[in-house]
Amino acid sequence: MSFAVNMLTRSLNVFHLGGSACNNCDIEIIDTLTPRYDLERFGITLVGSVRHADVLLITGIFNKKSAIRLKRVYQEAAKPVLVIAIGACACTGNMFQKSYNWNVSVDKYIPVDAYLPGCPPKPEAMIMAMVKLVKKLRGAK
Amino acid sequence: MEFGSLILQMLVFPGLLFTAVVGLVTSWVDRKVTARVQMRVGPPFLQPFYDVLKLMIKETCIPAGTSRWLFLSAPLFGIAAVALASLLIWRAFIPLGQTFSGDIIVILYLLTIPAMAVILGSFASQNPLASLGGSREMKLMLAYELPFVLAILVPVIHTHSIRLFDMLAAAPAVAKPSGVIALVVAMVCMQAKLTLVPFDAPEAETELTGGAYVEYSGPLLGVFKLTRAMMLFTMPIFLVAVFCGGIAFGQGWLPILLGVLKYLGLVVAVVLIRNTAPRVRIDQAVKFFWGPMTLAAFAAIIAAFLGW
Ligand code: SF4
Repeated sequence: MSFAVNMLTRSLNVFHLGGSACNNCDIEIIDTLTPRYDLERFGITLVGSVRHADVLLITGIFNKKSAIRLKRVYQEAAKPVLVIAIGACACTGNMFQKSYNWNVSVDKYIPVDAYLPGCPPKPEAMIMAMVKLVKKLRGAK
Repeated sequence: MEFGSLILQMLVFPGLLFTAVVGLVTSWVDRKVTARVQMRVGPPFLQPFYDVLKLMIKETCIPAGTSRWLFLSAPLFGIAAVALASLLIWRAFIPLGQTFSGDIIVILYLLTIPAMAVILGSFASQNPLASLGGSREMKLMLAYELPFVLAILVPVIHTHSIRLFDMLAAAPAVAKPSGVIALVVAMVCMQAKLTLVPFDAPEAETELTGGAYVEYSGPLLGVFKLTRAMMLFTMPIFLVAVFCGGIAFGQGWLPILLGVLKYLGLVVAVVLIRNTAPRVRIDQAVKFFWGPMTLAAFAAIIAAFLGW
């Protein structure tokens, strides 16, 4: 495991990017960051600027208009940056698949490192997703 | 030889490296105490080190249309200034070399440069949020510098000297009522100088999304974070030196322990204020510093002249 991966996985700054979410996934993200779960124990903190981000948490569907913004925000982030699609909407399009302005899922626009289905996923599930992502990066089983 | 040892002092002890390491440990104390106040467990001991080292491996984004050199060099001004300020303070503690008359004035100037670096960097980055943060930082600086300098005048009047070493040798300023008032004023100004809540309007995580730092990424952001951590170490140690008699070396362990406790006391006071106060608007902050704080500092100066 290289020094870079070690440092990155020990200090993950998450940036929350809401597409057209119904707001439930966003609320669950905020719940995950409350003192009850205390993610600072693992070095995970929320940041306000995408330039400071190591992980993009994307929620909701990205339609024809917001997908352009999604791409731009991804380009603005300082690399290396990881992406977690949170909620059924971000993963699959959920009930908006047949909608007139939804075309393709997010991974057609930007690379996604982890998918976290659920409508909305529980905070425990989000922590699980983080743990799995970190394990994948560190090359452990 | 003389030159070589000076370089060593600047870069290793008590300059850059020492200040950076102790500063990061102090920022761990800050985060841990914050966590305990919020009934959390808090980050591991090495977390601030991980945070800064991680930023060193990230990409540096330079936004289009910035003035490149200013954007890249602004963080370096800040870190150089705070390392030098720390060096001057510690040279008075440990007689590494002679301190000079007027070093306290040099330290006061050096301690304003980190804020100046933030202002320059934020304006160079061409981001509206960053410029807002920068302009707030500037107003805040105008507000707190006046009472801060006035408060530092009180021990100067007590000791009739502008040499930090003489203040350490004399009776601590807090032994007199005027010194107590001045210390309180200086502590409030320190809170603003560190841009911590309630005076964190320049950063304002919630509405300016990081304010002045919004466009910074990678190593440059790491340097800014390091500068903040070093300020969190240097400011309390400066106040301990000026008001509370500093840390006395060379007389056994007890005085050193006492000095460290004084320092930790100030740090914990800063952290507790930051965790229990809501943020004030920038105009409220200016009114507060130019009104009650300046008056209190003047009162302390008059009391000091009268010998109280
Ligand atoms: S996945 Fe469910 S909860 Fe999340 S944004 Fe979509 S509809 Fe809302």
